[in-house]
Amino acid sequence: MKQANAWNPRWRLLACAAPAAVFFAAFWLLPVVRLLTLPATKGWSTYFAVLTDSRYLQSMANTVALSVAVTLTTLVLGAAVGIYLARHAFTGKRMLLSLLTLPLSFPGVIIGFFVILLGGRQGLVADIGDSLFGERITFAYGLLGLFLAYLYFSLPRAIATYAAAAEAMNVQLEEAARSLGASRLRVARDVWMPELAPTTLACGAILFATSMGAFGTAFTLASKFEVIPITIYNEFTNYANFALAASLSIALGIVTWLVLFVARRFGANPVAR
Amino acid sequence: MRKKNTQSKAPFLLATTVLVSIFMIAPMLLSVMAGLVNNYSTGLKSGLTLRWLGEVWENYGGTVGWSLALASACVVGTVLLGVPCAYALARSRSRAAHIFEELLTLPVAVPGLATALALILAYGQLTAFRQSFAFILVGHMVFTLPFMVRTVSSAFQRGDLLALEEAARSLGANFRQRFMGILVPAVFPAIVAGSLMVFTLSVGEFNLTWMLHTPLTRTLPVGLADSYASMRIEIGSAYTLVFFAVILPVLWGLQYLANLIQKRHGT
Repeated sequence: MKQANAWNPRWRLLACAAPAAVFFAAFWLLPVVRLLTLPATKGWSTYFAVLTDSRYLQSMANTVALSVAVTLTTLVLGAAVGIYLARHAFTGKRMLLSLLTLPLSFPGVIIGFFVILLGGRQGLVADIGDSLFGERITFAYGLLGLFLAYLYFSLPRAIATYAAAAEAMNVQLEEAARSLGASRLRVARDVWMPELAPTTLACGAILFATSMGAFGTAFTLASKFEVIPITIYNEFTNYANFALAASLSIALGIVTWLVLFVARRFGANPVAR
Repeated sequence: MRKKNTQSKAPFLLATTVLVSIFMIAPMLLSVMAGLVNNYSTGLKSGLTLRWLGEVWENYGGTVGWSLALASACVVGTVLLGVPCAYALARSRSRAAHIFEELLTLPVAVPGLATALALILAYGQLTAFRQSFAFILVGHMVFTLPFMVRTVSSAFQRGDLLALEEAARSLGANFRQRFMGILVPAVFPAIVAGSLMVFTLSVGEFNLTWMLHTPLTRTLPVGLADSYASMRIEIGSAYTLVFFAVILPVLWGLQYLANLIQKRHGT
């Protein structure tokens, strides 16, 4: 018992954290430091390739624009579905909710494949278009296909988050607003929006970050619309341009990390879901 | 009263819910169907078959086992590293602990592609390591560790645990006894919840895995991407069906188990 007391608690905590710290230092910190220093070997300007080379700049702009569009659309649709599901009781609701959140466990490649099934050369829409107008419509490999795939990827998370948040919403506030003659739109704007603001911020940041880094979906669709993860992948595997791939990864990492950081500064905690 | 008022019609919400549900569920049904028909372009008329499933199993069956093994190893690894670490972070509110926690969650914020590149640049030369499943495992563990640590750490922070630990200490229990006998059982539901999250993330992980894999170390998502790129649509669909049929029951089973444990041990 003496010994247990003599053992300094601070050392004990350090010993507890040590295995994870060593593992993390060896397999993330160290490699990432290498990644960070690699572009310097090709000259300092390599760090700014994403800003100076119009092709990379375009790819980055594409990715940011697509991610913003997907995030906003997902938030609106996810909130609508989440609130509806939280407020209405019907048979099969639990089943529906679990089906809607099922894709959370799908890898991105499956979602890319779904979009090919819908809008690819042999896809459902092409078949329907063929029989209706005699024209095979394909959208899977363009901007629309990518947008729908990212949307599919993002919606389950938004629906799950909003359904949980809407359950906790104060119904009395809404009833008071209604009884004072507020229209449905006003209730949505003045009651729902402030109440759901923290959820929206946290969820939006996560959705944006996952969209920025989503590689599997874009990879499967082999899209004509180039996004930054695909650019990085091409630089690395096709051209063996490691320094440039590293530089672009840093740029991508900074953008996503910054968004999550800002969201957290405003009180959202995206990682602890 | 609440029901009556809120059950009132909400045409916009209802329409959105229906449309979104169709958008989410139709592709799943479509892909399940596509994996079971003889010829995708003729559809159900061509008749149902298990041929494609058989072919997928022959070519890619191994990826299923490897994915499950990898996810299990990832859970074991993150529990061994993460639970003591979560305790340390929960009990220490020093600046260093705070910075360490921030660092630990970075791999979640930084895109998987960047982490994978970093790992390849640092360890790509160690051929034996590079070509083994351990290389993928390490990537998955770095990515999933923060989920385990955060979940368990917040459980360790419960006030009553501090009192319990203090009581055990005053009764003469040493740290080992307290940790294994009191603390770990008390946060067991959180460990289970964290494990479930880690398992799910690892099984579906593609961004990292695609970069880290070699032809001999393929996981289920890697095989999927491979089959989508090079095979017929029926094969791709059948493979997706394999994913549904193998992974989802496992996840559901684990979820059920987690709920059971939550009920028994939860407070």
